[in-house]
Amino acid sequence: MTKVTTADEFVLQVRGLGVRYQTSQGTVHAVSDVSFEVRKNEVFGIAGESGCGKSTLIRALLRLLPDNADSAAELALYRDQDLYGLSDADFRQNILWQEISLVPQSAMNSLNPVYRVGDQVVEAIRTHRRVSKAEARGRVAELFDVVGLQADLMQSFPHEFSGGMRQRAMIAMSLALDPGLIIMDEPTTGLDVLVQERILRRIREIRSEISSSIILITHDIAVIAEMSDRIAIMYGGQFMEQANAIDLFENPYHPYTLGLKNAFPSIRELGSELISIPGSPPTLVGPVTNCPFQPRCPFHLDRCASENPLPINFGEDHQVRCFRSEDANQLRHLAAEKSTWRSLN
Amino acid sequence: MALIELNQLTRHFEIRPGLVDRTVRGKPSRLIKAVESLNIAVGENEILGIAGESGCGKSTTCMMIAGLLPPTRGQIIYRGSDLATADAAVRKEHRRNVQMIFQDPYESLNPRFRVADIVAEGPRALRLWDQKEIGDRVESMLAGVGLNPGKYTERFPHELSGGERQRVGIASALVMQPVMIIADEPLSMLDVSIRAGILDLFRELQDQRGFSSVYVSHDLAILGNVADRLMVMYLGQAMEVGPVEQVIRSPKHPYTRALIGAVAVPDPRVKRPVPKISGDISRPIDPPPGCRFAPRCPYADDSCHDTFLELDTSDPTRHQAACHRLHVLPDEGL
Ligand SMILES: Nc1ncnc2c1ncn2[C@@H]1O[C@H](COP(=O)(O)OP(=O)(O)O)[C@@H](O)[C@H]1O
Ligand SMILES: Nc1ncnc2c1ncn2[C@@H]1O[C@H](COP(=O)(O)OP(=O)(O)O)[C@@H](O)[C@H]1O
Ligand code: SF4
Ligand SMILES: [Mg+2]
Ligand SMILES: [Mg+2]
Repeated sequence: MTKVTTADEFVLQVRGLGVRYQTSQGTVHAVSDVSFEVRKNEVFGIAGESGCGKSTLIRALLRLLPDNADSAAELALYRDQDLYGLSDADFRQNILWQEISLVPQSAMNSLNPVYRVGDQVVEAIRTHRRVSKAEARGRVAELFDVVGLQADLMQSFPHEFSGGMRQRAMIAMSLALDPGLIIMDEPTTGLDVLVQERILRRIREIRSEISSSIILITHDIAVIAEMSDRIAIMYGGQFMEQANAIDLFENPYHPYTLGLKNAFPSIRELGSELISIPGSPPTLVGPVTNCPFQPRCPFHLDRCASENPLPINFGEDHQVRCFRSEDANQLRHLAAEKSTWRSLN
Repeated sequence: MALIELNQLTRHFEIRPGLVDRTVRGKPSRLIKAVESLNIAVGENEILGIAGESGCGKSTTCMMIAGLLPPTRGQIIYRGSDLATADAAVRKEHRRNVQMIFQDPYESLNPRFRVADIVAEGPRALRLWDQKEIGDRVESMLAGVGLNPGKYTERFPHELSGGERQRVGIASALVMQPVMIIADEPLSMLDVSIRAGILDLFRELQDQRGFSSVYVSHDLAILGNVADRLMVMYLGQAMEVGPVEQVIRSPKHPYTRALIGAVAVPDPRVKRPVPKISGDISRPIDPPPGCRFAPRCPYADDSCHDTFLELDTSDPTRHQAACHRLHVLPDEGL
């Protein structure tokens, strides 16, 4: 199953990415030492609870951070282009939308209320490509079809669209310039289940028709499981664990992953007891000097409070940041017991 | 005797056109039929889950049961008395014993009160205990919902996150020791790791003291975990009701089947079949008679468009679906 990957199989390679915000409370280290690759044609899922740094991470890569933020990375390559080496103008002209597009978290509110939806996508195309209005319109009609919107809806204004339709329009926009990488930040959060199902199915179909890769961000473990080829679990600004989807669900190593799985209900396993993780996530003020999960971790050692664990590889495609990852077998058993999580505090 | 019984419970909202449309153009006003002829009972110590997409009438139903919105037609029967005609003592008992947890707690929390005073407000107003005891109970309730009292008692609502506000709303309802809790999407703003803790607290209190609940959520996986019975609504009508495992494992109604089939499963090996319905949910504005799901239903025939089959409460444990066409539906266990 595992195969050796070479650099040209990667669409995106990120090493040691960090992002900080200056705030009145101090410096918020929203993302610390994050490394990952996105391969050609794959869906890379990033899952984590609110405030763990998911949106910040992708805003940094797309240069969409606010003024109070700064970011740096040891390496950030899109195919063979150094993302941090490009000038802002170059980045905006040649990368953003052309190569890497975004369906933002508040996609529902990202359409301009005073312009027709179709015209907004036409404009997005004509800003980057020298094509006639008629050609662009033809392309938008195609895109509407791809996301499951009837072509006559191009004439509508955003307020005439339901939440699900607006979301589909934003996905159409993200496909407009045939980017190599599409980033979707919580694309179905807040939508009803049947609408969510239809959009996710459409994303899967699009993925099999075009050759783009997708980064899918969500706090929904079920959505990430169904959609992703590989998954990263984020907590406190770091990737606690990343692996291919099956491995992550069937052989999890990190105590936070183990805890999340216990806490998430499944409609297929009605009787099973849900177990919460006592405590709350870190505020991220100040640099990471421990394991971010340590205050909530039932398995912590003394060093977990004073040292940040580095990623350790297990096999070809599984990385874990935990001082106790060698004990995973034992921890998996313990984590299934409710009393394990109660004994804290 | 059931704790609460809804009998033909109905709520319509009138939308009046603007002055010019009404007087000059003679446009009639239209009716949003938010809740239509609900029949259902909730027993002592029972948790009834209500599921359905946004706009199907879940919040309107909750508000009526909690006595915060009068019905257009039909009855709410509390411990045997019709609330509309009951005497003041019964209505007062209902107000105290039936507590609501709101979907968006921001609206319901007094912005000028500190957290401790918000949670203490109900017990103080009804003089349930002396001041010292109220203070103690407020503190332990805050701790119970995961808000460290030392850190939170002095804060104002605007200093709280959405999830924290939701927990204050939950504490305010639970501290009253009600016999029934109407919970309208109480976990929707909380993260997974914390949600399970609130569900635990809910269950613990239910085991210790016992209370009934109407628990509303659009998340069927959560309802499968908390509810004893489940009712599925579509555009104001009850489509199906029954013991929760039966409704989720072997749904009868075509809408319930589609809804449950669409729920994502936290297992990368599971491949779900494509739900069989198309189209989008609309709003129940001047709806025709008949089953409101009929326009989207692949099995509908004339009878579906003409008449709606109401559920019948005579046997609350029965699994039943408001569908004319059950006999033609394929067998499809999940
Ligand atoms: N503009 C900002 N200024 C200061 N702090 C911010 C800003 N945006 C986000 N943060 C903080 O950074 C952290 C990560 O936020 P975010 O990336 O939005 O998380 P997620 O998308 O996972 O919910 C949080 O602690 C958040 O409060
Ligand atoms: N005060 C109101 N005035 C007019 N329409 C309303 C009012 N409250 C609710 N509605 C309408 O009634 C229907 C049911 O709403 P609601 O009970 O909030 O549904 P849910 O909680 O299931 O999302 C919706 O179409 C909604 O727009
Ligand atoms: S490093 Fe230590 S505290 Fe962190 S998850 Fe592993 S055992 Fe727990
Ligand atoms: Mg975000
Ligand atoms: Mg509602």
